[in-house]
Amino acid sequence: MMHRGIALHRIGAMILRYWYLLMSSWPRLAELLYWPALQVITWGFLQIYIAQNAGFFARAGGTLIGAVILWDILFRGQLGFSISFLEEMWARNLGNLMMSPLKPIEFLLALMVMSLIRLAIGVVPMTGLALFLFHFNFYGLGLPLIAFFCNLIFTSWSVGIFVSGLVLRNGLGAESIVWTLMFALMPLACIYYPVSVLPHWLQYVAWSLPPTYVFEGMRSLLIDGVFRGDLMLAALAINAVLLVASFAAFLALLRSARLHGSLLGGGE
Amino acid sequence: MAQNDAAPPQSIAADPAGSAAIEVAHLTKIYKTTRAVDDISFQIRRGSITGLLGGNGAGKTTTIAMIMGLVLPTSGRVQVLGHPMPEEAADVLGRMNFESPYVDMPMRLTVRQNLTIFGRLYAVEHLRERIAQLAADLDLDEFLDRPNGKLSAGQKTRVALAKALINAPELLLLDEPTASLDPDTADWVRAHLETYRKTHAATILLASHNMFEVERLCDRIIIMKRGRIEDDDSPDRIMARYNRATLEEVFLDVARGRVNETAP
Repeated sequence: MMHRGIALHRIGAMILRYWYLLMSSWPRLAELLYWPALQVITWGFLQIYIAQNAGFFARAGGTLIGAVILWDILFRGQLGFSISFLEEMWARNLGNLMMSPLKPIEFLLALMVMSLIRLAIGVVPMTGLALFLFHFNFYGLGLPLIAFFCNLIFTSWSVGIFVSGLVLRNGLGAESIVWTLMFALMPLACIYYPVSVLPHWLQYVAWSLPPTYVFEGMRSLLIDGVFRGDLMLAALAINAVLLVASFAAFLALLRSARLHGSLLGGGE
Repeated sequence: MAQNDAAPPQSIAADPAGSAAIEVAHLTKIYKTTRAVDDISFQIRRGSITGLLGGNGAGKTTTIAMIMGLVLPTSGRVQVLGHPMPEEAADVLGRMNFESPYVDMPMRLTVRQNLTIFGRLYAVEHLRERIAQLAADLDLDEFLDRPNGKLSAGQKTRVALAKALINAPELLLLDEPTASLDPDTADWVRAHLETYRKTHAATILLASHNMFEVERLCDRIIIMKRGRIEDDDSPDRIMARYNRATLEEVFLDVARGRVNETAP
């Protein structure tokens, strides 16, 4: 039978669609740069202040600013994915796409590529700013940075796929989930403090989240100079489960949207 | 990779047993407690134009959405170009297309960009030439590089029609194709649809409230009311059966329950 398998030309068409949109709107581009820059400046100065007043932070130079940049990879990665999806809802274009030969997996792959592009536009200048203003070379993390980045981006895609499915099923009334769900992970992922700070029972929850391993790994690297490969492998394993589960949830929510006729409206 | 989605339309013989363009059997859709479509069955011959008539809430849009695979039926079966939907949607989606007031084209993108993206999604060969041809046919040249959001309602409808024709579909599903158009543009769109059907041997199913449009374009009419099929025949025979001179009068009879004694 024809039409089986993934078609790169359809993924390319969707990436082109979002590229046209980005290029047609300077506020969209500016927004990609604005928040990450604001974040790095605020936390960079905070890092300087507490390093001057606390011995631990003087020793652990860059943990806060490094955590901010890694958190932004996680958060902006998910937003980059979900906003591209929301653009279709806002434009009432989802019906056109669902009626075309575009398959759900191709749609999701295009959204993943777009999240990388949007992330690059926002985070690369952010790292430059950190180097210029605070002499923190983010790329100085070296090869472990690849492991950190991959694990964070995989988590961001899992969350992005899941929330997109929720919006698909429930319409734009569920849009706020896109902006807020990742913040629910924030206290548990131990971005700015070690897992040991949490109550014992909550540590089990924290260790079920891949970003926790990344932030622990980052602190281990910056404070002790040790790269914890075991943490990265554990995060990768959990991410694999999360990605499969989120894709299955997306398909289930898409089917539910078809059952309830949500694809015709897409409104509230 | 699947690059052959926009292959030239297959002959009827290439599909299972020269099947009908659309086959609907005992189709029912229930939303919670509302029966939007209630056990309807019909077949649509290839190369025909069929009108789906009915008042608001008659079930026309839900029926078309189920044929497209956008809505899953509660029960019943839909087959499109010989393939069951939505199970084998991947085999037919590249050979059909649609236009509906329930969807829009991205507003910030220009007409050309929109058509380029949909052309690529449908793997249309010689896409530039195809867009140029559609622009000439549908008189889009003047605003081809203008954002879709800056077009008038009539221009947007023509662009939506261009998108619906980008892959030269064998099966075209149209929901209110001339709504919001002035009489001149509406007439022009109807003429284009007639020409397209003739030149491409295409099948068209259109839902409309415009009786004049249906009378002019359709070989056959399916009248729906409260999710059920009230009548199904050629426009002439339906008007004769209801003893009316226009379809509008028939529509009012059906909508208001004033069914002529000679009618079924």
